[in-house]
Amino acid sequence: MNNNIGSIAIRVDDLSFHYGDKNVLQHVTMEIKKGSFLGLVGPNGSGKSTLIKCILGLQKPQEGQVYLFGEKVNKFNDWDKVGYVSQKANSFNTAFPATAFEVVSMGLFGKVGLFRFLKASDKNKVWEALRSVKMDQYAYQNIGELSGGQQQRIFIARALVSDPELLILDEPTVGVDTESSDSFYKMLKELHRENNMTLVLVTHDVGVMTNYVTDVACLNKQIHFHGNTKEFEESSSENMSAFYGHHVHVLHHDHGHE
Amino acid sequence: MLPFLKYEFLQNAFLTGIMVGLLAPVLGVFIVVRRQALIADALSHITLAGIAANLLLGKWSSFFAAANPIYMGMAFSVGGAIFIEQLRKVYKHYEELAIPIIMSAGIGLSVIFISMADGFNTDLFNYLFGSIIAVKRSDVWTVFAILVVVLLFVFFMYKELFVLSFDEEQGKLSGIRSNWILVAFMAITALVIAASMKIVGILLVSALMTLPVAASIRIAKGFKQAIWLSVLFGEISVIAGMFLSYYLDLASGGTIVLCLVVILCLSIFYKKFTGSRKVGHL
Repeated sequence: MNNNIGSIAIRVDDLSFHYGDKNVLQHVTMEIKKGSFLGLVGPNGSGKSTLIKCILGLQKPQEGQVYLFGEKVNKFNDWDKVGYVSQKANSFNTAFPATAFEVVSMGLFGKVGLFRFLKASDKNKVWEALRSVKMDQYAYQNIGELSGGQQQRIFIARALVSDPELLILDEPTVGVDTESSDSFYKMLKELHRENNMTLVLVTHDVGVMTNYVTDVACLNKQIHFHGNTKEFEESSSENMSAFYGHHVHVLHHDHGHE
Repeated sequence: MLPFLKYEFLQNAFLTGIMVGLLAPVLGVFIVVRRQALIADALSHITLAGIAANLLLGKWSSFFAAANPIYMGMAFSVGGAIFIEQLRKVYKHYEELAIPIIMSAGIGLSVIFISMADGFNTDLFNYLFGSIIAVKRSDVWTVFAILVVVLLFVFFMYKELFVLSFDEEQGKLSGIRSNWILVAFMAITALVIAASMKIVGILLVSALMTLPVAASIRIAKGFKQAIWLSVLFGEISVIAGMFLSYYLDLASGGTIVLCLVVILCLSIFYKKFTGSRKVGHL
């Protein structure tokens, strides 16, 4: 239906969403190219998480359509191509008796299928995912015994274990200390560079994010800006103040640069 | 053979107890981690209504008088379980409301049926508090059938139940059809509650589902270990409780539950003495 379909990971087409009479998203249209690392920013209540949930088919928009890898989201079946780390990963039941290994293995359940069990090769994948986030020595710790940053890595490993082509992270560094979140962003950048993965990072941490992402989209019920990081930085001061309403300036934290 | 087991009714009680001591904690793990510990209480009260209904119908009809009231109890319990899942959808933001609604409906129905049947009899008392002398051979076979169904369900649906308990969103993303799995799980829970009541009694069924889990999740490493430990604690309590009940002439439900409480306290002390195991920061 679309000539550049092969290079688009996510297409959002005129999507509107409301809870009751409260508009959350209005006529959002955007395309996210394969291999890009998009930072999706916006103030609280701007509809970021709702947009992500619509993209993942967890919420049904009242209007518009989402396409994942060219397929309508409600027909989409290749969920192991998509990794998702939800905002809720920060507020899950920390007393849940599950080891890091068990949590990561959940990421394979869709691939393994009903009435089947994890094979030795699946277990190797779990180890590989744990190693890729440098958490293999904590495999047999209960998830609730790990620090916030470590838990976040476990959830990333769960999203990575099925070798996704697209990884979506919703505010992954909330509740994680600055040092951990820096090393976390570095890890994302490595994942992006080495595996040519498409990444979508939802954040309100505009300053830090621009050191790592290739593209930026600003959302506040509508898309206010969508372009590459350089364009965003050039236009950011006027963009951001129009967008957040007042005196926002982008802080750069350069310690992340290599 | 142990002198304890020379009578058929004691064999029946012992076999049923061992099966229930496995079943209730296995399902209890999933119930507790989903923060639905009170569901067992709600379902046990609706089970009581079913049993009371059967006792009442037995006054008028020889068919019901001859039937084992456990089946009517199961029918009510499964119906209640399905109703709870529906109520949770109606009250999306007050999911826990479903539990007191079903619980009070169960008690209300029970009281009405009991008063219509001209009050309490010993039979009903046995269902309330559990009695090891009231277990029939047909109960043993019924519980055995339930055991087979539950173990197959949990074995084959382990992945799905695990991921849905931890994180329903992730479950949906893995393409898991959460609705029917949860309804099937509730129906199975209802069956186990109805099956457990002869031994521990309706008022104490939820203890056998939740207390072993409460003890195990304090010390278990991982989910599978939590299941094994819960089953171990459940079995120890059921076996010790039945022995004590027989030799000291006490109500079996009460002794089993007190054994569970002792294990729970031990696990809390154990955790206190071994200290917090929080690992270092990143």
